Formats: sequence, C-alpha cells, structure tokens
Amino acid sequence: MSEFNSSAIDLSWPSVLPSIVVAAAAVLVLMVGVYVDDDESVGLGMLSLGGLALAFVLALAALGQSARAFSGSILLDSFAIYFELAILISAALTVLMSLEYVGDLRLPGAEYYSLLLFATLGMMLLATAGDLIVILLGLETMSIAVYALAGFRRGDPRSIEASLKYFILGAFSTGFLLYGIALVYGATGTVRLDRIRAAMSGPMTAGPIAHSPLMLLGLGMMLIGFGFKVAAVPFHMWTPDVYEGAPTPVTAFMAVGVKIAAFAGFLRIFLVHLGAVSAEWTWVLWVLAALTMTAGNTIALVQTNIKRMLAYSAIAHAGYLLVGMTASGNAAGGAILYYLLGYAFTSMGAFAVVGALGRVDAPHERIADYRGLARRQPALAAAMALFMLSLTGVPPLAGFVGKFYLFSAALSQGLAWLVIIAALNSVISAYYYISVIVAMYMEQGGAEDVRMRGRPGLFATVAIAVAGVLLIGLYPQPFIAAATDAFASATSVAPIHAASLLP
Amino acid sequence: MMGSYWLTGLILIPLLGACLVLLQERADAIWRAAFAFSLAPLAISLYLFAEFEPGQAAYQFAEQHPWIPGLGISYHVGMDGISLFLVLLTTILITLSILYSGGGDIESRSREFCFFMLVLESGLLGALLAIDLFLFYVFWEVMLIPMYFLIGIWGHGRKVYAALKFVLFTMVGSLLMLVAILYLAHAASVHLGRLSFDLPDLYGTPLSPAEARWLFAGFALAFAIKVPMWPVHTWLPDAHTEAPTAGSVILAGVMLKMGCYGFLRFAIPLFPATAIAAGPLFMALAIVGIVYGALVAMVQPDLKRLIAYSSVSHLGFVMLGIFALDTQGVEGALYQMLNHGLSTGGLFLLVGVIYLRRHSREIAEFGGLWRSVPLMAATFMVVMLSSIGLPGLNGFVGEFLIMLGAYLRIWQAAAFAVSGIILGALYMLWTYERVWFGPITKAVNETIADLNAREIAVMVPLLALMLLMGLYPRPLLTRMEPAVTQLLSRVQAANARLDAERAPIRAARRAPGESVAVK
Repeated sequence: MSEFNSSAIDLSWPSVLPSIVVAAAAVLVLMVGVYVDDDESVGLGMLSLGGLALAFVLALAALGQSARAFSGSILLDSFAIYFELAILISAALTVLMSLEYVGDLRLPGAEYYSLLLFATLGMMLLATAGDLIVILLGLETMSIAVYALAGFRRGDPRSIEASLKYFILGAFSTGFLLYGIALVYGATGTVRLDRIRAAMSGPMTAGPIAHSPLMLLGLGMMLIGFGFKVAAVPFHMWTPDVYEGAPTPVTAFMAVGVKIAAFAGFLRIFLVHLGAVSAEWTWVLWVLAALTMTAGNTIALVQTNIKRMLAYSAIAHAGYLLVGMTASGNAAGGAILYYLLGYAFTSMGAFAVVGALGRVDAPHERIADYRGLARRQPALAAAMALFMLSLTGVPPLAGFVGKFYLFSAALSQGLAWLVIIAALNSVISAYYYISVIVAMYMEQGGAEDVRMRGRPGLFATVAIAVAGVLLIGLYPQPFIAAATDAFASATSVAPIHAASLLP
Repeated sequence: MMGSYWLTGLILIPLLGACLVLLQERADAIWRAAFAFSLAPLAISLYLFAEFEPGQAAYQFAEQHPWIPGLGISYHVGMDGISLFLVLLTTILITLSILYSGGGDIESRSREFCFFMLVLESGLLGALLAIDLFLFYVFWEVMLIPMYFLIGIWGHGRKVYAALKFVLFTMVGSLLMLVAILYLAHAASVHLGRLSFDLPDLYGTPLSPAEARWLFAGFALAFAIKVPMWPVHTWLPDAHTEAPTAGSVILAGVMLKMGCYGFLRFAIPLFPATAIAAGPLFMALAIVGIVYGALVAMVQPDLKRLIAYSSVSHLGFVMLGIFALDTQGVEGALYQMLNHGLSTGGLFLLVGVIYLRRHSREIAEFGGLWRSVPLMAATFMVVMLSSIGLPGLNGFVGEFLIMLGAYLRIWQAAAFAVSGIILGALYMLWTYERVWFGPITKAVNETIADLNAREIAVMVPLLALMLLMGLYPRPLLTRMEPAVTQLLSRVQAANARLDAERAPIRAARRAPGESVAVK
C-alpha cells in the first residue's frame, strides 16, 4: 500500500526478484551455451536448475508478504507465491528429466534450456499479474517459448506438426483473449483487475456494467482464450496431436507447467476478482466442466499411444478443475490450488516414466510397449502404477485427496449433479489408467530393456514425483492449509484495494 | 483408552511386513517373513478378543488423532462387538492363506504376492476399524487395489477380465458413496458448525426424506455391490472363479463381509428411517439372491464357480438377517458372516488343494475320490456340512437366528428363505456325491496324494472353529450383543420418530425381542 503511493515506478523487490532471477538465468544459459558443445549440455541443465532453485528460495522467502509493484500490475501475495513455487517445481522437474533426453538426441542445449526458462518466466508473470496486460504478456512469453519447444526435434515431422498446430491454434486463442481484454477495457475503462472488479460491483456503477453486453462478450472471449490454454472441451482439439508430437519432457512441461500457469491467470480473473458477479457464467462453466471431463475420459479409453492417452487424461483433469471453477468461493479456490500441486507431481512422474522408456531410435510410446515392464523394471513399473492410481484418484495418493477436496467444495455449493458426473467420470478413467497397469503387470512382451542406472536425471524425477505423490496424499494438511491460505490471501486483499483505488 | 496403540499396530504391522518382504531375496525367506508378519496381527487380535469388555457398546481401544483438520478429518479407529469378530476372521484367514499359498500354490513372483496379501490385510483391518468416514473410504479403496493385482497376476483363465470387472463394479459404487459421504458431511456441518467426517458427529444429521433416500441409496449401492446382492452380483462368479486360491478365500471370506459390515456400521445407523422403509425391499432382494444363487450353483460344472454362486445365496441370508432389523436377525447375520468366512474359505482352500493335484476343477473329472484321499474327503465333508448348516456346527446357529429374526419381522420372508436352505443342502450333497462317492471313474484319480502336513495345519484351525462356534456360541454372542442393541435402539428411535410424525394408522411394528433365543 505504502509503496503504491511512494513513487512513480514503485518496485517491490520481493515480488519481482524470483522472475528476474529466472530471466537472468535464461540469458546466462544462452550466453554460456555459446561455449558449450551440444553433447555437453548437462552443465547448462545444471545451471538452469541452479537458477530455478535460487528463484524458489527467493519466492519462499517472500512468503507471507503482501506487496504491489508497477502500480499494481504485479502483485505479491500468497496466491502468487504458491503458483510461483508450483511453476518452479514443475520447471525444475522438466529440466531434470531433460538432462539425458537433450544429450541423447543431441539437441542444442543452450536454446532448449533458455526457452524453458523463458517459458517459466512467462508463467511466473501470469501468477503475479495484477492487470490484464501483464496476463497477456505472461501468457505470450510462455506460449511463444513453448511453441518453439514443441517443435524442437526438427528432424521429426510429428514434432514440426505439433509445433505448427500449437502455434496456429494458440495464436488464434490469444486473439480471442486480446479481443476480450479490449472489450472489457471498453466496458470498464481499465485493465487493472481490482479496478474492473470495483467498476463492476462498486457502489457507483453497480449493475449496468456487469451486465452490459460489451462486458459479457469480453468475458466470454477471455473464457474461450483460457479454455484453449487449459485444453477445455470444445477448445481441446490441438492437445493430443501436440502432446504426442512434442519431445516428451516438453509434453510434461505443457501438461503441468502451462496448465498450472493458465489456471493461475484463469483463477485470478474469474474467481478472485470477478467471483462476485459469477452467476452470469456459472452455467457456462458447468457445461464446460461436464463436457471436458466426459469427452476427455471417453476418448482416452480408445488411445493406444500413451502420450495421447495422457493428453486426453490432461483434458479430463482440466474438466475436474473446471468443476472447482464452477463452484467458485474460497473452498473451491483452495481445492483447485491443492489439486494442481498433486496433479503436477503425478503427471510429471508419469511423463518421466514415458521418457525413461524411450530411446533415440525407438520412442516406445505405445501402451503395448509397457507389457511385462513389472518383470524387467519392477521399480519403474511400481512408480508408473502409483502415478496411474493417483490420476485415477485412489486413496491415499495425492490425486485422491485433490479430488476429495474439489468434490467437497463443489458439493458445498450445491453442485451435486456435477459432482456425480465427475465421480462417474473417475470410474471411466479407472479403465484406461488401469489398462497401463494391466500391460505392465499382467501381460508379456513389450519393449526391450531400458537402463535407468545410467540416467540419474530421469531417476531423480521419478523418485521426487513418487515422494511428492505419497507425501501430498498421506500428509495433506500443510499443503491444504497453504493452498487455502493462498487463495484466501488473493480474495481478501482485492476488495480493500479496490475500494481505495477508485479513480 | 486413548493411550493404547493396539489398533494402529494391527493396521500398520502388515504394512511394515509388506515393505520388509520386498527386501527378501530367497523364496523361503519371503514366505517365512510374510507368515511371521501375518501371525503378529493374529496374535494382537486374539489378545484384543481376550481384553474386550463384553458388556460395552462403546468403541474400545479407540484412538483419535487429527489428520487433516482443514477438512475435518481425523484418524479415528475403534473396535466394537460388530468389528471385533470380523477382525479376527481377517487375521485368521490371511494367516492361513499365506501358510497355504507358500506350499506350492503360488510359484511365480512370490515376493509381490506376499506384498499384496499383507497390504490387503492392512486395508481390510483399516476399513473394519475406521470410525472416520474419510479414513474408512481410504481403506475401502486400499483393499481394492491389492485384490485387483492378486486376481490379475496370479489368477486363472480370464483373469484380467475378471479383475477389471471387479474393480470397475466396485468403483462405481464406491465413488457414488464418496459423493454421498461428502454430501452428508456438508449437511451435518450446517448444524455442527464445522466440517466433520467422524461417524459419531454424523449420527442424527437432520435430512429431508428425499435427501436421506438418495444418500442411503449412495451408501447402499456401494455396499450391495460388495456383498454382492442380486442383481449387482455379476462380478462375483468371475472374480471368485479366476482368482488364485488365497484370493478367493479372502474375497469370499472377508471382503464380501465388508459390504454387510458397511450396512451395519454406516448405511443403517446413519439413515435409520430410510433403512426401515427399505427393509422389505432389501429382504425381497435378499430372498431373490438366496434362491437364484442356489439354483445357479446347482447347475455349475466347475467346483469353484459352484462355491461362488453358493456365496451369493449365503450372503442373501446375511442380508435378510440384517434387514430384519431385530436382535436375532442382526446377530444371526453377524454370526453367519463368520460362518460363511470359515466354511467358504475352507471350501475354496480344499478346491485349491484338489486343483493343485489335478489341474482341474470340473466336477465331471472326479468321482470316487473318497477311496484315494479319505482325509481330504472327510475334511470336505465337515466343511460342507458347516456350510449347509447342520446342527452342531457353526452354520446352524447363524441360519437359525436369521430365520427367527426374519420370521419375527415378516414371516413370509422366512418361509421363502427356507427354500434356500433346502436347495443349499441339495446342491452341496449332490456335489459331494459326484466328487467323492461312487467308483473311481478316471485312472488319474487313483494316485493323487492326500492332504500333506501343511494343508492339515491350514484346515485344522478352521474345523476347530466350526465345531467350537457350533457348540458354544455364547462368548461370541455376548460380545456382539451390546453393539447390536445399540444399533437397533438407534433404528427404533428413528422408527418411533417416524411413527409419531405420521398418523398412527401405520400398524404397530412388532418390537424386536430383548433376548436371544439361543443362549
């Protein structure tokens, strides 16, 4: 508050320092990369990890603080920090699982890691954004870097296709978002979220603006824009092809990091700031949630490629998260934040196993390749089984507690039917997740041996993911408390400022 | 009582054992470790049986610690007269199954097998001891996964299909139950002022009749699938038939009881008024199950499938007793749950023994086995008679009490159910005749080996318990009675409320008897 009035450009260091560190690390990696051969890229990966770790520590140190920078365009609250930490964890796990991948395929490490870090920077901007312009900036910084990453295996036509498809549809969706922002600006005269909220629900202009066609159209377009990014049905068409074609670590990054970041923006706009006038679009979200869950799960049933299956599973999980969006309110917000954390570890782990099975000459991405894995690689198979069960929502794993919390929040808002749809969808999902377990434990054949021993990065990723899935599931209290506090901090700060910042 | 950690020990020791088994390399060390870690919970449960105060209805050895206070979830476990014997049944059958399986039934991947058996034990015991609904749900699902692996990896024939069917059926029920649990907790939070999943907090939650109906349906579906009641029983014949012997024993012996237990512990006391109203419907479904199961069992050519269908019939009796909602019926049901665990467990073990020797379960493959394996035949005879309900053996006590309870509630129900007892005797004796009596029709049957020392060691405790429970049911019934009385008083109170609310046109229900006939 005090900083807001103190100077023209008010810079609150704790709120931007983690982002600055990540940006600096990205530039450093690019510069050091000039002197490093492609087959020695592990060092660059370690450098990136160092940057991410430093940013993590700085973000953690800022926990509990509340500040605003650049006239409220950047916010520092527990919400932002929670998302920053989750994003940094998923970025770090991505780097960790890329260490061998980039080396094996002889990909240009400097570009790869710096793009990854720039994408992370964009995500962190999304998490800390206080106005629509910064949200757009964050989203674009993230997206452009990820477009390039998706097409990183230039020799592989699937990778090129993935990149192009993602780019064209992504640009299209950004258009929607931008148009929506423009309309909202037209309706309210501001891009600052707290002012938009004040304009819509404040004493002076209550009613008319919130219900004006301009505003509703703008919000609808922004909803479509975010719908694309989180892969909600019917804006999900790109997901399976892109997930399949992109390099596996990048797919993991998209499934986890991009989703978390997109939800950060989505939540900040729709639940935190415009939650008070949510009645207008509750039914839209209801339908989106039901469609996304059902379509994602039913199409996943028939997939034979594990990356495509996980892509549809990611769509389905976006659907579960949309159940929380439909519910809105503090409990639902906390539930979404908690769910995302559990999902991050589970999904990262699953993609790390997919990566572990792949080799330069043979990607081994068919579910049939997993046959008999339990005999050849018992530990790896057990980890994969754990991730599949967590994605299904079997207790006592992270995925279960997430669903439990999410369903609980939705039921408290009276969304009984939506929760029943979600529960039945979980049963459908059990079928395809378990089919991976069937292949690993109950069938013979499959791909030949993989060596985990020589791949410490992948091994570490899987181990960290297993630990996360178990810890978050068995001892969820601190994580639930953090998630709930984070969401509450965002909603409790907003109205105070909104009242005092009216022009 | 808060100071004791016996129940936590009971749940955690098998889990610890599961982890330690994974570290073993040699097969005999694996089996020895698994057996030792199944003996420890058995010893604890026997100690708890001795320490259990017979006259109390309250939870004993209870422990409560906060777990996820943010969502009103605590680690709350306790034991009463309803769960005590099911815990004993679990520890006994798991120990015997591991002992049996080590003798050649499971040859491949014995390390994983023992791991899953011990995790399964942990899940079963946890589900029986949990008083917090969240905790219960966790264990309810935890016991599903190891059983899935047991069927899918070590089963026979269409094992993957059977395992998947088992999981999907169960999950449909349990996820809807999860929704019901959440809804109930939120409804209760309105007057509690906080979210809580602790069972005592949830009793008497004010609900509209429609809400109570839906929630009861949510719980009842999950439990009815597990029991299984007709018409949601179709997973059972597949799962029981394709499972390895130990899997069938635990599935039939303990896991099916979890459904019945769920009705007694959760569905009925939480929604007593609905349970009373639904009583006749469930009794009717139970009778259909009794007759249908018996008729289908009669025509099965496969021994294991026959026993599987006989389970549908026997569990029908249990459900009949439970929904009679009087002291005799419920105690009889509890008793019958134990009987069925022992006798069906014994039958599956014996079929496993036969299969090991002949690699067939077709009834037509046998005949005249009495001559070559007299000891096996005699054992089979006793177990079968226990299953039929011959007076003097355990089965009789349970069936008698159930029939009495059903008769007191709706006498026609008892009249129909009796046909199940007759049919049961018919198909069992007919099977016995075809397998064991007559001339030896196939030359291979002349040279098969009789029970070996290990198999005798597995069967003797079962036979002893059958005899003991048949001749001296009193120590069991006195421990069950307080908990059952408490449950029924809850139901009666709801009933009285219902009667007071409605016009007194409704014919006065016969009050459940205060004392039990067999004592």
